[in-house]
Amino acid sequence: MSETLKSQNSSPRLELLNITKQYPGCLANDQICMTLMPGEIHALLGENGAGKSTLVKTIYGVVAPDSGNIVWDGADVQIKSPAIARDLGIGMVFQHFSLFETLTVAQNIELCLSPSQLAEIGDLDARIRELSSRYGLNVDPTRYVHSLSIGERQRVEIMRCLVQSVKLLILDEPTSVLTPQEVAGLFDVLRQLSAEGCSILFISHKLHEVTEICDNATILRSGQLVADCVPKNETPATIAKLMVGDLAEQDAGYEKAHGEEVVFNAQKLTLAAKQPFGTSLKDVNFSLRKGEILGIAGVAGNGQEELMSIISGEDKRNLKDTLFLSGKDIGTLSAGARRKQGLAYVPEERLGRGAVPDMSLSENTLLTHSAGFVKAGLVNWNAVKQYAKSLINQYSVKCHGESAEAKSLSGGNLQKFIMGREIGQQPKVLICAHPTWGVDVGAALAIHQALLTLRDQGASILLISEDIDELFLLADRMAAVCNGHLSPVVRVEETSIDQIGQWMAGTFIETDTTSEAHA
Amino acid sequence: MDIDLITQVLFAAIKTGTPLLFVALGEAICEKTGVLNLGQEGMMLMGAVVGFMVAYGTGNAGLGLVGAMLIGCVMSLIFGVLVLHLGANQVATGLALTIFGTGLSAFIGTSVVGKTLTGFEPIAIPLLSDLPVIGKVLFSHDPLVYLAIALALVIAYVANKTRIGLTIKAVGENPHAANAIGIKVLHVRYLAVMFGGAMAGLGGAYMSLVYTPMWVENMTAGRGWIALALVVFASWRIGNIMLGAYLFGLASIMHLVLQGMGWSISPNLLAMLPYVATIVVMVLISADKYKEKLLAPRSLGKPFDPRQMA
Repeated sequence: MSETLKSQNSSPRLELLNITKQYPGCLANDQICMTLMPGEIHALLGENGAGKSTLVKTIYGVVAPDSGNIVWDGADVQIKSPAIARDLGIGMVFQHFSLFETLTVAQNIELCLSPSQLAEIGDLDARIRELSSRYGLNVDPTRYVHSLSIGERQRVEIMRCLVQSVKLLILDEPTSVLTPQEVAGLFDVLRQLSAEGCSILFISHKLHEVTEICDNATILRSGQLVADCVPKNETPATIAKLMVGDLAEQDAGYEKAHGEEVVFNAQKLTLAAKQPFGTSLKDVNFSLRKGEILGIAGVAGNGQEELMSIISGEDKRNLKDTLFLSGKDIGTLSAGARRKQGLAYVPEERLGRGAVPDMSLSENTLLTHSAGFVKAGLVNWNAVKQYAKSLINQYSVKCHGESAEAKSLSGGNLQKFIMGREIGQQPKVLICAHPTWGVDVGAALAIHQALLTLRDQGASILLISEDIDELFLLADRMAAVCNGHLSPVVRVEETSIDQIGQWMAGTFIETDTTSEAHA
Repeated sequence: MDIDLITQVLFAAIKTGTPLLFVALGEAICEKTGVLNLGQEGMMLMGAVVGFMVAYGTGNAGLGLVGAMLIGCVMSLIFGVLVLHLGANQVATGLALTIFGTGLSAFIGTSVVGKTLTGFEPIAIPLLSDLPVIGKVLFSHDPLVYLAIALALVIAYVANKTRIGLTIKAVGENPHAANAIGIKVLHVRYLAVMFGGAMAGLGGAYMSLVYTPMWVENMTAGRGWIALALVVFASWRIGNIMLGAYLFGLASIMHLVLQGMGWSISPNLLAMLPYVATIVVMVLISADKYKEKLLAPRSLGKPFDPRQMA
């Protein structure tokens, strides 16, 4: 996109030479070398724990490398703090946003600027508005951050970098929290920046995005540089293989299974929305058969969350004669009682709903799996720990043992653990939302395998996901939700991505107008 | 009640609220950075005894104030090293500091028990103090009353209008994010804790140098705790803290006035009045739950270790 710029400035903007960082028990970066040209969009790829975050934090001055050199615009530099990085023209957008919710957008941006920079800018609000319209960021400097959506917050973070006339922008998994439309908007901004000569270092798990926008890619595995490649010459499958080694058999195509016996069904499930911006469920009917995976597709916010919480019992409104598990009406039971009947639940939000962040893995195990571990009110901690240990081994969860706090695990590893905990109860029905959201390729593969194994053991799985490829890969039958309506349920072999896509847009709804669909 | 009595009651209310105001202002800044220091009572008592001893020994009340602030700083520094550097539990460490300060102040103060000195003389502000009622209530106090008001105004300005205030708020809300953008979190917290200590020392010295110019064991009588409660109920807003402190002062005086007027309520019940009245009013002021949530420093009481940032 900016070939002319690149050929003009043939000297690199940033060079990393043999960057090495050792943490207790793990070599996060082992002699990493990388070169970034002005205007280049460079992808940094790797699984969770491959050392990507450590490497970018080294560039941004948050982490000090044990050895190695950083060359910036041809000069050797020591980046000892983020302030020094910012003075050089390096900006970073963090994976977990580093914004202060109780401050306004302008105050958040002000905190990152040195007094001299601030004096140079003069009227900060005006500068933010000007940049906002130039890059189409739509950021209002006077709004409080807590009132902004995730996508807007990310744009504030980008703005924070732009205000300081950034020469290198680092983005740590920027798209994992965005809707497809927001991703397209972000890419427009990045392309514009790149055309103006700003280098971009882009960390992502989503391989098709990398092939779409990046000029070059560096791939890390277990702290080591395994390959440099040009994403446009590769396919997602070949890149995945480089990332995880030989075990990446993406899109392997699993066998489909079809059960007969109905285990769970929802009948005429109609429910008004509880939240102000929630979606009301409208006459939802489906049945879940023994030994199958029923996939439900849909754009976020079309009733998936409401459906999940009413089935799991988290939504405490009693509904008679609508939800049946093995023929028994469970609509009036509490969440705990439903679990006892054999209903397991893996929520979308891992920290906070799937697990308690400050509790250890063994304590988190006990939260939903107490059968056999509690006698006369006393907990057999040894047995719980043994069991948590076995889950960690069985699902290869990377952590510091069963006493590690849930919040210390990466998203993918925690998800594997939660999945293992729920599967370990041998549920009749497993409800599972976005199981591989933000999870790296290797962990996603492990989670897929675990779900299929559970299905083959005779359990029924309700899989809700926004990732339509994943649904086609795993589900045996499929449906889509749109604005609280559920489409007909069909066998995966008998449908196509095209048809499901139309259903997601609401074409199956006859009586209602589809115009109000949350597209 | 005649006008003279009202004037005297209001005058005394401001005096009684002043030590509370010093302590609460210090603690508010400390808590805004996310550090909860329950050692206020202990630091106040140490400030009171050291302030008195220095003033008694040198005959200079001003030096007494400096001594009180220094000992407050030292006490808070002990707390700071334990909770900030070593990551000790803030609640337990703060409680220990109070117990330590109470005992130590009683121990070192035995030699000066019952001694008296002349503390700060009132300064009548020219012209203003000649105004009826208001002149007496507001403008004929000792210099420390004016100092407390001035400090409250300065602190309110710094906290709400300056980069320093922004930094304090950022550290209190999300120390990890603050660290990521290059703010030295522990630095900010140490300074805030020491500021809190100095202010607690000042509050204690007001008790022993001005309010009742002598040293009696445990003379602060729980004011450190009231200051702590005040900060929370005032939702960390300086204006509300000021209001609450003087309100407490008023209620404290009222219970004496009511007894003097021969009310047949048990004096023990009346003695509860200042505590109950202050808390009730503050709770009513901060009834908007949603807004309050935004004012509370989110990292309050949680240790932060920059080395844990992987």
